[in-house]
Amino acid sequence: MYQYIVKRLLLVVPTLFGAAVLVFLLMHLIPGDICELRMAGEGGYFDPQAIDDCRAEIGIDRPMYVQFFDWIWGIIRFDFGTSMWTGQPILYEMGLRFELSLQLAIMTTVISVLIAIPLGTISAIKQDTWIDYVVRSFSIAGIAIPSFWLGIMIILGILVITQAWFGIPWMPPIKYVPIWVDPGYNLSMLIWPAVATGYRYSAVATRMTRSALLEVLREDYIRTARAKGLLEKVIINRHALKNSMLPVVTVIGIEFAFLMGGLVVTEQVFNLNGLGKLFVESVINKDYTLTQALVMLVVTIFVLMNFVVDLFYGWLDPRIRYA
Amino acid sequence: MAVSEVQVEAAVEEFAERAPLPLVVLDLIRRQPLGTAGAFIVIIMILMAASAEFIAPYDPIVNDFANMLLAPGAEFWMGTDEFGRDILSRLIYGARTALFVGFSCAFIGATAGLVLGVASAYFGGTFDLIFQRVMDVFMAFPLIILALAVVSILGPGIQNVIIAITIPFIPNCARVVRSSALAIREIPYIDAARALGFSHARIILRHMVPNVMAPYLIMITAFVGQAILLEASLSYLGLGVQEPTPAWGLMLSGGAEEYAESAPWIAIIPGIAISLSVFGFNLFGDALRDALDPKLRSQ
Amino acid sequence: MRSVIPKSALALALGVTTALWVGGAAAAETPKRGGILLYVIPSNPPSADAHRETTFGTIHPFAQFYSVLIRVNPDNPASPTDIVCDLCTEMPKPTNGGKKYTFKIRKGVTWHKPAAGAKVSKDVKKVYDQVGGTPLTAQDVKATFDRIVFPPKGVKSARKGFYRMVEKISAPDDETLVFDLKYPSGAFIPAVAAPYNFVYSKKVLDMDQHWVEKNVLGSGPFRFVEWQPGAFIKAERNPDYYHEGKPYLDGTEAIFAKKYSINLQALRGGRAYIQFRGFPPKMRDDLKKALGDKLTVQESAWNCVLFATPNNKKKPFDDVRVRRALSLALDRWGGSKYLSKIAIVKPVGGIVFPGHPLAATKEELQKIAGFWPDIEKSRAEARRLLKEAGAEGLEFVFHNRAVDMPYKIVGTWMIDQWAKVGLKVTQRVQPTAPFYATLRTKKDFDVSMDFNCQSIVNPLIDISKFNSDDISGNQYAGYQDRELDKMYDQMNRTGDVAEQRRIMRAYEKRALDEKAYQFPTLWWYRIILHRSEVKGWKISPSHYLNVDLSNIWLEEPLRSAKPK
Repeated sequence: MYQYIVKRLLLVVPTLFGAAVLVFLLMHLIPGDICELRMAGEGGYFDPQAIDDCRAEIGIDRPMYVQFFDWIWGIIRFDFGTSMWTGQPILYEMGLRFELSLQLAIMTTVISVLIAIPLGTISAIKQDTWIDYVVRSFSIAGIAIPSFWLGIMIILGILVITQAWFGIPWMPPIKYVPIWVDPGYNLSMLIWPAVATGYRYSAVATRMTRSALLEVLREDYIRTARAKGLLEKVIINRHALKNSMLPVVTVIGIEFAFLMGGLVVTEQVFNLNGLGKLFVESVINKDYTLTQALVMLVVTIFVLMNFVVDLFYGWLDPRIRYA
Repeated sequence: MAVSEVQVEAAVEEFAERAPLPLVVLDLIRRQPLGTAGAFIVIIMILMAASAEFIAPYDPIVNDFANMLLAPGAEFWMGTDEFGRDILSRLIYGARTALFVGFSCAFIGATAGLVLGVASAYFGGTFDLIFQRVMDVFMAFPLIILALAVVSILGPGIQNVIIAITIPFIPNCARVVRSSALAIREIPYIDAARALGFSHARIILRHMVPNVMAPYLIMITAFVGQAILLEASLSYLGLGVQEPTPAWGLMLSGGAEEYAESAPWIAIIPGIAISLSVFGFNLFGDALRDALDPKLRSQ
Repeated sequence: MRSVIPKSALALALGVTTALWVGGAAAAETPKRGGILLYVIPSNPPSADAHRETTFGTIHPFAQFYSVLIRVNPDNPASPTDIVCDLCTEMPKPTNGGKKYTFKIRKGVTWHKPAAGAKVSKDVKKVYDQVGGTPLTAQDVKATFDRIVFPPKGVKSARKGFYRMVEKISAPDDETLVFDLKYPSGAFIPAVAAPYNFVYSKKVLDMDQHWVEKNVLGSGPFRFVEWQPGAFIKAERNPDYYHEGKPYLDGTEAIFAKKYSINLQALRGGRAYIQFRGFPPKMRDDLKKALGDKLTVQESAWNCVLFATPNNKKKPFDDVRVRRALSLALDRWGGSKYLSKIAIVKPVGGIVFPGHPLAATKEELQKIAGFWPDIEKSRAEARRLLKEAGAEGLEFVFHNRAVDMPYKIVGTWMIDQWAKVGLKVTQRVQPTAPFYATLRTKKDFDVSMDFNCQSIVNPLIDISKFNSDDISGNQYAGYQDRELDKMYDQMNRTGDVAEQRRIMRAYEKRALDEKAYQFPTLWWYRIILHRSEVKGWKISPSHYLNVDLSNIWLEEPLRSAKPK
């Protein structure tokens, strides 16, 4: 087992390094310049010297390889530097948004699981009946509907419905308050993006549940259980579901990794001060350091999640360890 | 897998010999209703895109400020947008953009993935090891982040959007194809072929590629839907296709949200179009996968 | 010498329209105390240091915390020339041949004591305790202007170039501030009145020149409570404010939200009461329909203008005939009428903000190419010039910024207009960062959209965009014209308004009519929407002005509303 862990761990390092190189290259290939943007952004007059000073201060006038090594060296010591746009430490900027993104990711996952497992189970049991078709259509619609469009429709719907029913339009809050400070306010803000995104993510988990359950239901021991005369309900609940949960949990875990910082468009629609919105802004502002740090964060979470899943599988299924 | 395909083909041929075409189609509809519905949607979309010049009532690009933000009515069946352009016409031409982007990205991405995946599986060794790591790096990025970064470098515009969306597809397909190809690789048949002196190219083309056709085709249909969605997201963020090209994602940015209350049709209609088309491609792809993967067929 | 004042009053009425659509409220009402003002800001400030930034994203949230030396009159902000004291006691008359300005700083101004619920770190709290409550003196104002005019190494002052006429700044005692100029200049007072000139504490600046980029310590109407970057900023009333009776509000809360649709919904749904930048006309119409009397609309000409900038270094745009033709083809008078229905543009003007005493009157304007009253005549002349220059049916690419309002809309209109004289133009749109890279650095465009947005109306400085590109900080057309540079200098060194106006007309004629290096298309139009219960705020031609919130008060029910 040790060898397996070490082997998987060794694979993590080059992946992360490769990601760092890739994102650095991507950022520095983008034309345009953060100092220009900051000074000239609104067409007003400004002192041309100010741009050169800005560049020197931030350090983007140094040669590329110097900037790269400086950055890598910083990451190794967990020093992500400061944002080029605001000058604040990056960990501070990310920390502000982390809470909201984490809460949204958790809420989205909960909603998607609540939808996926029951629906996936029903769809598997009643395979190829019209119930199956309805459920599959519903879940495929979740992938097909752009979640940002769903968000726009939800906001529109809320405004129109509250106007029609109560006379005054109600808009979800646009200022974030942590859940332990005011749970009602917080939930009334985050439930809408969680539903819009949760529906989408449930689709993948539903299909996974369905196909995993279908595979398990064809196993010999299920046939034996049926032959023994066990009730179908008991078979499903006691044997089939548990054994099919493994791939489902995998999918959910990996999707969760993407939810942190991947909700780029949803956060734009709902004006959420999360990591996704920070990412878009940093790309638009050409804030290299911040973009690089955010991408590394997302990539690291993903790679670590994969690593954990690999370990889990290796522990559960000895055959994999020796492959 | 090859064996069951042959069986299916034989069965269908037999059936076709016995029954006329309409009955075959009806039977298909009965057995794969969702897939047929999906195929139907896809065909409509393709027809719409192909005949855009003939069926679109107005020019989708010309501005007509006198007619801006009109509700759907007799003159403009789906209303007009903030530049006075007919939404129905932009919808029809938008199908062309969507299919162009969708198919280009899907085809190029999947084919590149196919080639790389098969090569990696076949040649193995250090090439495979390094290739896998590189694929891991790309796969660790969420799709939209990679696409966003590429589009920021290259600038917006339809060609760059296609490149930006294709790039994340390649490792996705390569990985799937590689695992299928690995299975074939291990068959003694391949080693025997090499021993007999068959060239690499012949073995790859004649034996490995046909056996990964199934996942390849499935990936293509999955990619078309994803490409359409990604393009919509990028255009919404302002980094995709630019004005005045008619594109569904572009129709959803800018004016759609700002006038959502007074002119909701601008926001609702393109969204329905995107959803329906991705829905169709996904249904079709699902049915395709069910047909090609015997384990999932009901007993 | 004829006085130009009567004509300017007419120009004022022409250019600056302030329409108040309100359910009955007249100007003279007694302000009531109390309430929290909720407002929304369509931006996110990069830092809190207004000396260094050029974005309204820094002014809108932070102006409420600071005092300035002089400013546009908050009770008459529509007038571009009515400048009054904030920290000084009275507007000084220049002495020593117009080269010396002596300001008397008022007594009794103190730096903020920390607010009770202020969310700041321990280090910041220490600074608050040290400096809070101490009096503000001329030494603080001197340190502030030293930083702006003669920035120390590592400190960025974005508008340093406005103050080239300043020789020395001194504070002989705690109540006197003296500016010594190298030459008399009509541009000096408006430059000092710029809304970016937040007065910082000398003690704080001596401790750390960069402290004010991330932290707030001012002497203005409101005290700092909390700032969450990207999310919101909170403030509370300063009980020791030196303007008696003000501020009326108990506190303010601003939310950062870049999307205009969110701004609009916030106003509609009661999450915000006012937004200080502006809305497009269609949104005004929609919101007015939805809220009726609960909504007040204030409109004004805006000190922002759109330009068409041909690349003077690229053929055939180096030919003045082609450039003149490009300008002649645009029907500005007609375009204004219908573009103003869908975009935030309206006033037709030359190089000076329409409505300012130095601006051209309608008659003077109509003599300049591109502003002739008869559009058919203009277009015929344009076609003739193109033919003569051998550029008939010319094809080129118009470079534009990927923002709808108003860039893409006006850009689309311009292409339409050029088509009417046979030019075949396609549009190339780029998001903001690459747009600037192309415009400023790479300069590989044919004709580009450009714009000029200033804060306080200061035409003598604002027109520096037309100077030679080695002198001007923001001229992207790629030309050099020493005649214009000379006229600019002359204008800036005379204190006589009539003389300034004379030279300005000559400057405008040369830049727009004779040479057409680059030309304005339409000036922007500001539409502010707010809840009718928000009183005391008057619109000005610039979204950088009049945002210190000290004269705003709330009517019921907003006054008693408890925002979360």
